[in-house]
Amino acid sequence: MKNSNTKQQYKTEIVKAPKKSLWKILKDNKTLLLMCLPAIIFFIVFNYCPLPGVYIAFTNYNFRDGIFGSPFVGFKNFEFLIKSGQLWNLTKNTVLYNLVFIILGNVLQVALAIMMNEIRSKWFKKVSQTIMFLPYFISAVLIGAITFNIFNYDTGVLNTIIREAGGNPIKIYSMAGLWPFIIIFCQMWQQTGYGSVVYFASICGIDSGIVEAAEVDGATNWQRIRYIILPSLKPTFVILLLFALGGIMRGNFGLFWNLVGNNSQLFATTDIIETAVYRMMMSQNNFATSSAVGLYQSIFGFVLVMISNWLVKRIDPNYALF
Amino acid sequence: MGKKRTKIKLGGSSVALKLISYVVVILFTIICILPFILIVSASFSTEVIINKEGFGLLPKGPTLSAYSWVFRYPKMILGSYAVTITMTVCGTILGLFLIAMTGYALQRKDFRFRNLLSFFIYFTTLFSAGMAPTFIWVSRYLNLRGSYLAVFLQLLMSPWLIILMKNFAKSVPYEITESGKMDGAGDFRIFISLIFPMLKPALATVGLFLALGYWNEWYQSSLYLGSSVTYKPLQYYLYNIINTANALRGSVAGANVTFTDLPSNTLKMATAVVATGPIIFLYPFVQKYFISGITIGAVKG
Repeated sequence: MKNSNTKQQYKTEIVKAPKKSLWKILKDNKTLLLMCLPAIIFFIVFNYCPLPGVYIAFTNYNFRDGIFGSPFVGFKNFEFLIKSGQLWNLTKNTVLYNLVFIILGNVLQVALAIMMNEIRSKWFKKVSQTIMFLPYFISAVLIGAITFNIFNYDTGVLNTIIREAGGNPIKIYSMAGLWPFIIIFCQMWQQTGYGSVVYFASICGIDSGIVEAAEVDGATNWQRIRYIILPSLKPTFVILLLFALGGIMRGNFGLFWNLVGNNSQLFATTDIIETAVYRMMMSQNNFATSSAVGLYQSIFGFVLVMISNWLVKRIDPNYALF
Repeated sequence: MGKKRTKIKLGGSSVALKLISYVVVILFTIICILPFILIVSASFSTEVIINKEGFGLLPKGPTLSAYSWVFRYPKMILGSYAVTITMTVCGTILGLFLIAMTGYALQRKDFRFRNLLSFFIYFTTLFSAGMAPTFIWVSRYLNLRGSYLAVFLQLLMSPWLIILMKNFAKSVPYEITESGKMDGAGDFRIFISLIFPMLKPALATVGLFLALGYWNEWYQSSLYLGSSVTYKPLQYYLYNIINTANALRGSVAGANVTFTDLPSNTLKMATAVVATGPIIFLYPFVQKYFISGITIGAVKG
């Protein structure tokens, strides 16, 4: 009797569980919810509230009338951007730079990680790793200062060397063709040491038994790298690559802006979406066009992330973001 | 790490590979450090010689003159230091606490809203309003233009850091939370006294990212502070010195100097050294945690 009673109770509990009211659920999770509250408020205020503002892209925004008072112009801002060829140029630059950053960056990082792995001396490894991390720690502003130090016409290190060698100094800050190389170099300089750590960790995670077996079998170093290390890095490589592809519409604003800034002689080869958006807003006070470019970037970027996440999911669901 | 290697005789190709590795790593290390040497050397050079000969690898006519200019009217640079240090310390501590709290809650298996809230936070990385609408919202509707709060608040949290923290917190065994529950501790209490101390490597990693974010901040300042504050955050101060002649003159305001007197080239470099120094010295202290931290967080975050 007693036994069946508890059974009865147990049953009703099971039936009752899904019927928990929202209020009850909220109450049960009260503390955890409160712990998340600051973050929730933060993202609402700084990320969700500005969202309706994308409407600016469809207006002829002026400060007096505000977001929803300014005249509606439909797709005119986009039309202008497309017709002037600006949108195409910005997209092209942003995507091409990112492609080079992603491919060259990952290749250099893998190569560096493999070489680091060959080094046995502990202190050497530690010292070089510490130094390789340094560039990651400095601001884009300082990178701007460094490039100024090296490349400026009057006092730059490069022109100093050219003068001493008896050559004519060159005006690097007006040679658009050179800047892709400079920008790519700066990006590699700042990111390679940092990025290689992830690959280095994957190499360290390789089962040493496999490596030893290969050595006993007389595998050469090249074979060891080719058949053991590289394949083991493949998953990391593919995942990082796909995520990077998802962000291919987003540029490294700080670097580009501090290297090029408002130097219009270089725009043809260096202007990316972020720098254009910033300049339209800050120098030209053109919020409408700026918003239009931003919205275009957001939508395009969103689609790309979705595609790359779908691809990651197909390769290894464990790594998918959602 | 901790990989044992059987000693095998070094064949020809093995030595070659090792040699190449050492050479390349040394070269890369030099490339990494060279620009720093250039900047430091330039800051210790004599302006007149620099104007005639240009910057070099070693200081030309070693002098402290540029530094004495930086600190001649120290109000500006020290004010900038005060602003940046205050923001960095407060922002890192507050941000770290909020991020750890959120990250811990979001991975609790018994938290009903964890997936919903995780997506709510993650979505902000997928789709954003963009620079202009955000700027109008923050400056016009939140009325934060010209306020340090505009910079301070926006750098406080980021979805990536929360995800990173969440992944770390996942690696703390759930039994610890359960044992806390057994003892009758509330969720917040469990977090503070049991979990928080166990998140040390994560706190070091995320803390360093936050500190770097605050210390290297110039972009939000350029949007929201502009010229409306006297004391600019350090990197924005440097940004202005490098990019505008007026700011250079302003940095020694009160000195009653004509522009030609100013050692402008070396002064820029000295300001760069002064503005960057402290954050670089912070790194060796957290390096141990940081490397393991980014390794864990890198792929999924």
